[in-house]
Amino acid sequence: MAEKQLMLGNEAIARGAWEAGVKVSAAYPGTPSTEISENIVKYPEIYAEWAPNEKVAMEVAIGASFAGVRAMASMKHVGVNVAADPLYSVSYIGADGGLVMIAADDPGLYSSQNEQDTRAVALAALVPVIEPSDSQEAKDFVKAAFALSEEFDTPVIVRTTTRLAHSQGMVTLEDRVEPPVREYEKDIRKRVMMPGMAKGRHVVVEKRMNDLSAYGSKCALNRVEMGSDTSIGFITQGIEYTYVKEACPDACVLKLGLVNPLPEELIRDFASRVDTLYIFEELEPVIERQVRAWGINCHGKDVFTVQGEYSANMLRERVLNKKPAIDPAADVPARPPILCPGCPHRATFSVLKKLKLHAAGDIGCYTLGAVAPLSVIDTTVCMGSSISTLHGMEKARGSAYIKNWVAVIGDSTFMHTGINSLENMSYNRGTGTVLILDNSTTGMTGHQDHAATGRTLKGEEVPAISIYKICKAMNIEHVVEVSAFDTAELERVVREETARDALSVIIVCAPCALLKGQTFPYRVREIPEKCKKCGMCLQPGCPAITKNADGTVHVDETMCNGCGLCEQQCKFGALEKYEVAK
Amino acid sequence: METKNIMIVGVGGQGTLLTSRILGGIMTEAGFDVKLSEVHGMAQRGGSVVTFVRYGDRVAEPIVEEGQADVLIAFERLEALRYAHFLKEDGVIVVNDARIDPMPVVSGAAVYPEGILEKLAEKHRIYAVDAMGEAKKLGNPRVFNNVVLGLAARHMDFPKEAWLSTIAKKVPPKTVEINQKAFLLGYENE
Repeated sequence: MAEKQLMLGNEAIARGAWEAGVKVSAAYPGTPSTEISENIVKYPEIYAEWAPNEKVAMEVAIGASFAGVRAMASMKHVGVNVAADPLYSVSYIGADGGLVMIAADDPGLYSSQNEQDTRAVALAALVPVIEPSDSQEAKDFVKAAFALSEEFDTPVIVRTTTRLAHSQGMVTLEDRVEPPVREYEKDIRKRVMMPGMAKGRHVVVEKRMNDLSAYGSKCALNRVEMGSDTSIGFITQGIEYTYVKEACPDACVLKLGLVNPLPEELIRDFASRVDTLYIFEELEPVIERQVRAWGINCHGKDVFTVQGEYSANMLRERVLNKKPAIDPAADVPARPPILCPGCPHRATFSVLKKLKLHAAGDIGCYTLGAVAPLSVIDTTVCMGSSISTLHGMEKARGSAYIKNWVAVIGDSTFMHTGINSLENMSYNRGTGTVLILDNSTTGMTGHQDHAATGRTLKGEEVPAISIYKICKAMNIEHVVEVSAFDTAELERVVREETARDALSVIIVCAPCALLKGQTFPYRVREIPEKCKKCGMCLQPGCPAITKNADGTVHVDETMCNGCGLCEQQCKFGALEKYEVAK
Repeated sequence: METKNIMIVGVGGQGTLLTSRILGGIMTEAGFDVKLSEVHGMAQRGGSVVTFVRYGDRVAEPIVEEGQADVLIAFERLEALRYAHFLKEDGVIVVNDARIDPMPVVSGAAVYPEGILEKLAEKHRIYAVDAMGEAKKLGNPRVFNNVVLGLAARHMDFPKEAWLSTIAKKVPPKTVEINQKAFLLGYENE
């Protein structure tokens, strides 16, 4: 019997890539896509790398495809925007070796800055999209995507969502089959996208999408399940299909696996066989709009929602009119995510807060510096935007206007796209102060390496690219390195650099508290009789410190990481460090 | 067999993922269809986290919805209260009797509710254990999850030996013995 294994959706995608004979994989980490690369790296037959950003990752995959092997690039939905430029063009070029982009959307915003729907991007880019419903399909559909890519000479997007990416299900394992490497033949009309050539390719691409629509009406990726009850029928896809099966196991279902382009013939036929048609799709009404455009009556967003995740209870309530008897949720204090005990960002933000500075923020754990009690970050747009938005503010209102502002950006985000923004600030004579919070890793997504850490995805030690030297090479005269936990020195440096009428970069160094081996050889304990109940130690919002009923504080020894920030905050010596075995 | 629904709730960083791996392992070994759904990313940074585990002959959706959980395993009191409405009428709560203040409580914007266990006991069968205290007695507070799991295991369909062998496969080799001891502390608690 074939071996079966319980696998995370992302793990199954990695397995699918391996079984499909993929040779090259590139990615930039981003929830909920990160575990794809972390699992791919376990297969020695696949060359896998972290690229500095999704655009580069996509281009690496395109190059590998040119060279005749199967290749893929994985990213979260907002990474698709970064990779949009090569994506739109390679749609015209097509694929030599199979070319697949894995795009992981985040309905419900578990760890993202927006709730965008990659299917809408694919519509515009004229790229087919395949969407699996569980781990088994995640593996199988990745293989199908590579076959489709080669058969129709097109890049293919495999779209997943957080729920699928981070769910586990049973997967039947198969062997790896490596297709022969395709021999390269020079063909500039196909691979050089300049106007004259692209005009011709656009015609090819439109025909390809029509062919794929016809293919969708007969391919195994799309299937009709006629149930005993034809009074209602669902057109659905992805994880939503499992909610339909849960709530309405006897209903008629058209389950779409190839979700772009949509199979007109199949949809018309299915719609004619059921009395009331529901389109059950999370986020944008991509299927619904097309179905309505074909003049087919249906329900969709009039019954469901464009926001957040769907569920079986939603169907029970809104389609079956069987509202489940559920107790109301208890009214309890929220528990939002917070910076970890010992996090160097907390030290940095406590200094910025003391100096009453505003910060243009960026994407990473440190975005949590926007909320109470730190409340330092005022703006966050997208990866790399802290530096460029601060620059824009200065150009709008003059250098005096940003004297009480800084930009904060992590090391990985700086290497991703912040580097371009800093280049611009230097080139166009900005005078802002940029803090690069260098914690030696990509923290939020669970510790991935990048070009400035000195290690590759494969675990190979390589020379780390120096952020300091990058800044110097950009003609930035004032570049200072300082430890996050030396708050007195950090305060002095920030004061000095924000006062300066020139661009300066402060590289605030201290490894992520969760990195292996990064616990401090100390813990902190309270001395209650010295405590003046002033609450200064509580200001940085460390979860290891709590206030007692009498106003004094208590440090939880199991949570304390020994960073000593609270000890530095206390003017009365009521908190003291003590040594512990590391 | 009708699908059985388990939830593990707690605070990001408490190790809910390890517990779900053990559950997934034992259910797979027993030949069930299994689906799990986890939370990764930002919520893992000290936020409220929930893992759904479902097993049976054939499992469709990977999540447990409101009013459907058979067993709610809570690593913290407030989190037990937050998710109690996910329980079936005859569902069971197994809770680590511990308090971790969320940031709104630390900053004084909200108050940590008093009498959570008593309140939950009015409607549900509830089993509480000071798992951290028990684990410290064993010499490693980190194994507290398995004390809680041991207590919860009484409400699932697997023999003791299966639990112990699954734990042996899922925890770091050096910590097998202490994790099994922690599990038994919970399992034999009643």
